[in-house]
Amino acid sequence: MSATRQTWQVTLRGTRVLLRQPAFLGITLTQPIIWLLLFGALFKAVTDIPGFGGGSYIDFLTPGIVVMLAVSSAGWTGMGFIEDINGGVMDRMLVSPVWRGALNAGSVLYAVIQVLIQTALIVALSLALGANFVGGIGGIALLMLVAGLLAATFASFSNAIAVLARQRETLIGAVTFVLLPLTFLSSALMAKRLAPAWIQDVSRFNPVNWAVEAGRSAAMQHIDWGLVGGRLALLAGLALLAAGLATRAFARYQRSL
Amino acid sequence: MTASIQAVDLRKTYGDEVKALDGMSITVEAGTVFGLLGPNGAGKSTTVRILSTLSRPDSGTAEVAGIDVLADPRAVRRAIGVVGQRHGFDPEATGRENLTLQGEFYELTGHELARRVGESLDRLGLAGAGDRAAKTYSGGMQRRLDVAMGLIHRPRVLFLDEPTTGLDPEARADMWQEIRRLRDEQRMTILLTTHYLEEADSLASQVAIVDHGRVVVEGQPDQLKSELEGDTIEVELERGGAGSALAALEGIPGVDAATSSAGGLRARTRDGARAIPAVLNALEARGFAARSVTVAQPSLDEVYLRHVGRAFHGAGEAEGVAA
Repeated sequence: MSATRQTWQVTLRGTRVLLRQPAFLGITLTQPIIWLLLFGALFKAVTDIPGFGGGSYIDFLTPGIVVMLAVSSAGWTGMGFIEDINGGVMDRMLVSPVWRGALNAGSVLYAVIQVLIQTALIVALSLALGANFVGGIGGIALLMLVAGLLAATFASFSNAIAVLARQRETLIGAVTFVLLPLTFLSSALMAKRLAPAWIQDVSRFNPVNWAVEAGRSAAMQHIDWGLVGGRLALLAGLALLAAGLATRAFARYQRSL
Repeated sequence: MTASIQAVDLRKTYGDEVKALDGMSITVEAGTVFGLLGPNGAGKSTTVRILSTLSRPDSGTAEVAGIDVLADPRAVRRAIGVVGQRHGFDPEATGRENLTLQGEFYELTGHELARRVGESLDRLGLAGAGDRAAKTYSGGMQRRLDVAMGLIHRPRVLFLDEPTTGLDPEARADMWQEIRRLRDEQRMTILLTTHYLEEADSLASQVAIVDHGRVVVEGQPDQLKSELEGDTIEVELERGGAGSALAALEGIPGVDAATSSAGGLRARTRDGARAIPAVLNALEARGFAARSVTVAQPSLDEVYLRHVGRAFHGAGEAEGVAA
């Protein structure tokens, strides 16, 4: 009970900052919007390539952009802990009896809330660009669930890196290093069938690809429940694993003091 | 009297080289203020980090409020309040939000928490600023917020790690008053680390001087001072040059432990009144004129000098800083 309360209080700490500076959400949205507009225009014709399967590229691209957004937005979550460590806030929290899991979970929940708002805005923009969400409201809700789980995973990883490395440069390096390879080793931008065989192999182990496939099937196609259910379970498992790692990072940090 | 803090033979080494603690042992009686004095890198903050469960020693044992720090850190955390050397508040959040979140960490909720937050803000003179972001506070207000956060759950034992460093004289006086109030009204046990000898002298009933990770001397401030037999002579020079004047005092019988500061000299002697003529003659022979000469009772500065073997002021700069 107090674990839930404490988690929520940590989340509120983040959302209060967001409410005071809502422009921040917009800034993190610029990149995905540019990707959606530029890639949407540039690669409009790729759906005509034999084997792609036809259809509109905006339909194909939207889940990919949502997933990229979830990774890049949640990837910065650890910056908050680096500030806390540098400012003395972390040490003050760690000498209190607060449940360590709440410190991570609260910050993860805040990252997920941001990603859900951003996803809703991207979905709205896609609709304006003429995307056809075959899965309807339910499909969009599942796309958001997928984005939320992926964001939770990367937010926890980001927190773990932040608490262990304690340096902005390390976190910036990790996020930029990971984002593009994970995106290109998935079907976010290009149909899997058209990718080289080795990328198809690698993508089976890529959580970004799990999210893209599940989100696309749920929101843009006639839903394949087997695929979506399986991918959701994998994503949920990974999110829990990442949260466990991030929570244990605090003890590791304390041992280094 | 029962011990509220007991540390026995704490040792901690960072990496292969830096010995932060090398057999640190202290005992603090319940309901008293205990001053831990020493330069940067002496081991004061490391001691506080270990006793407050943030860090662990390589070896040694520690009890706080009767609880084993290593065996049951969670129980210790409920019993203690910590005001660290650095600020512990979220600068973007308001004073009230900071205090409320801190209270939630100690499972305080609802009306009780809101009441305590309001009381804390009132008592520390932050009532008007409670709904402003903490980053807009003055240095003194920020330090008071730190203290209020450390006290929100009414701890039995309070750790204050250099609470007045960087404060102006007025804010420092306020802090001293608050520390005395906590000791006298709340019967709180307080472990205070400080750079300022006069701070320990004024607040603490027991003082330990720490150097190179262990206690060099411990006792009541008055007792430590009275153990130093003899007097201190302070000479103020007409025209500076105290550094070179220092050499003039060498070799005068019965005068030792001489140090120089900006405008003058200090030295220890068995009998101040007798030593003065010799000191003045020696200075004059080298072309230095004294503006004033005072014979003073020893201060904790002299205690420090005698036990650590170098002057307290400037010692921090000379030492390597091991966080």
